[in-house]
Amino acid sequence: MSEFFQLTLFGLSNGAILALAALGFVLIYKATGVINFAQGHFLLIGAYVFYAAMLVFGFHWSLSIGIGVIAAIALGVVVERFILRPMIGEEAIAVIMVTIGLSSMLGGGVQFFFGTSPKDTPRFLPAGSMELAGATIPWNRISAIVIAAVVLTAFTLFFTRSRHGIAMRAVADDQQAALTIGISVRRVFALAWALAAVTAVIGGILLANLTGVSAGLASFGLVVFPVVILGGLDSVPGTIVGGIIIGLLTQYTAGYIGGGLQQIIPFIVLIAILMVRPYGLFGQTRIERV
Amino acid sequence: MPATSTGVHHRSYASELTLRHTHAEKFRLLLIALAVCALPFVVTPYWLTIANQIGIAVIGAIGLNILVGYTGQISLGQGGFLAVGAYTSAVLHIRAELPVPVCIVLAVLTTAVIGAFFGIPALRLKGLYLAIATLASQEIILFTVRTWDAVTGGTDAITLPRLELAGFVFRKDFHWYWIIAGLAILAVITGRNLFRTGLGRSFMAVRDHDIAASAMGVDVTRAKVMAFAISSAYAGLAGALTAHYTGIVTWERFTLQVSVLYLAIIIVGGLGSIAGSVYGAIFMITLPALLTRFGQDIQSSWPDAAQKMPAVQVVVFGLVIVLFLIFEPRGLNRIWHRMKDYVRFWPFRY
Repeated sequence: MSEFFQLTLFGLSNGAILALAALGFVLIYKATGVINFAQGHFLLIGAYVFYAAMLVFGFHWSLSIGIGVIAAIALGVVVERFILRPMIGEEAIAVIMVTIGLSSMLGGGVQFFFGTSPKDTPRFLPAGSMELAGATIPWNRISAIVIAAVVLTAFTLFFTRSRHGIAMRAVADDQQAALTIGISVRRVFALAWALAAVTAVIGGILLANLTGVSAGLASFGLVVFPVVILGGLDSVPGTIVGGIIIGLLTQYTAGYIGGGLQQIIPFIVLIAILMVRPYGLFGQTRIERV
Repeated sequence: MPATSTGVHHRSYASELTLRHTHAEKFRLLLIALAVCALPFVVTPYWLTIANQIGIAVIGAIGLNILVGYTGQISLGQGGFLAVGAYTSAVLHIRAELPVPVCIVLAVLTTAVIGAFFGIPALRLKGLYLAIATLASQEIILFTVRTWDAVTGGTDAITLPRLELAGFVFRKDFHWYWIIAGLAILAVITGRNLFRTGLGRSFMAVRDHDIAASAMGVDVTRAKVMAFAISSAYAGLAGALTAHYTGIVTWERFTLQVSVLYLAIIIVGGLGSIAGSVYGAIFMITLPALLTRFGQDIQSSWPDAAQKMPAVQVVVFGLVIVLFLIFEPRGLNRIWHRMKDYVRFWPFRY
């Protein structure tokens, strides 16, 4: 029982971070129709900027988070303006490859400045743990879940209540109609990339605290695909449900079956979902003959 | 037949069907053949190794281009299929002790079958959904390789003895060059000719518009599965060659990065072009080698160069992909055609 409890907690915290990364992914896909293969590297950038600000330059952790968020906004806007805007109207393969090229540039940049060896963990979440029903529950996992939940709620509110959020949904729905009622589609695209980078960076900062800072963080980006396909590529609530399901599934597989199967269980789910229900659990059903 | 100033005019169907129409094209073929034969005698051993890597990359890139460039099915699974080819050939050679040529042929066939199997999602998915599905197949293939200890040796590397054919040991890059160059040329010729057959044309029809293709009587299911099978067969050959040429097979050589490298090769070279696959392979394999050289040259003025070079290579790799996609999405093949047109029409612009 205590093992189950522990696995559930680890699964939930991983799932919450996955949901954050997936949220950015879905934001970009919804608003601009781009599949962002660099999402994992946005996490990586977030973790390293935070690490550099906190442990190399010695800023307070709250200031470091601020620096991370500002860096993310700048990164998102620059990427949208100079890399993705020229790709508007290109084929799917070109758009996919440009984000893969981008991920290579980001990963190489991190390697250039920080090298390949793992770094010290920047700790800001409360350390220590508590005993509950025989399981050891680290506080940092709990706080990661809480922070992720707060950020996810904030974004949900943003989409339903704020003018910019509603404008983004309008653009996602129909670009031409959005243009005719005076929404700047360009600004919405830039906003989508900036917000996606911010969510990824927050995910990266949490992940840095939980698992340490190394180049391996980018592989988290690949697990985002099962999450978004499961939840539905264009669904914000889908990312939360998908993230939690994939996070829990991975932890249970690791705990009860083992043998490295947890590394590919998300991808098996991914193929199964694609074959049976390609639009995911909450995605918009689109009937398309192939 | 000479090309006139108004273009190439055919007087028979037979002349229209030939691969090379003009004297200039035949002359260029001769030049290329001479260059391929002369290369191993003039370059240093280091560059000969690079040439062999390019030859193997050409084979794999043509395979991927058949699938992505000609059939329009995006695949991120090329690394996985290379792994299937390499491991099949290596395991058959080590455990069943079959002669290497037989192993390679069996590896090609096995990879084709496995490729067709992993192509099944393509019957229901297209575009980015298919790309994500092939990403999953890549991860699943590599996981199988890592955990199937009894056959693949798990995460340990398999070492292979040097290739020996009829008593002759292929010891040096110089010996291997002829095998690899020969097979690469074979890949180019078969690739070129595939698209003169009905099957090849049906691939292009599926790429351009699948519903229109099926309305014209193209069996879309067959075309897609065959495209995956043929493409994987090339990947299997490239993988098997890598295995026997390097003598070491480990799963780390076939990661997602390899799939991305091959996609980069065909994008930089030119999608939907056999010549482009060759240009792309030359460009993308030579570039890191040149960067490494450059790093060694500036070692004196920048002591960290050797240490930083791998990171620089990764950045340049990404930058090349991005720049090509933004400025010349049709790749080196298109640049070459533009240069030819510039000379041909000079002093006019067009």
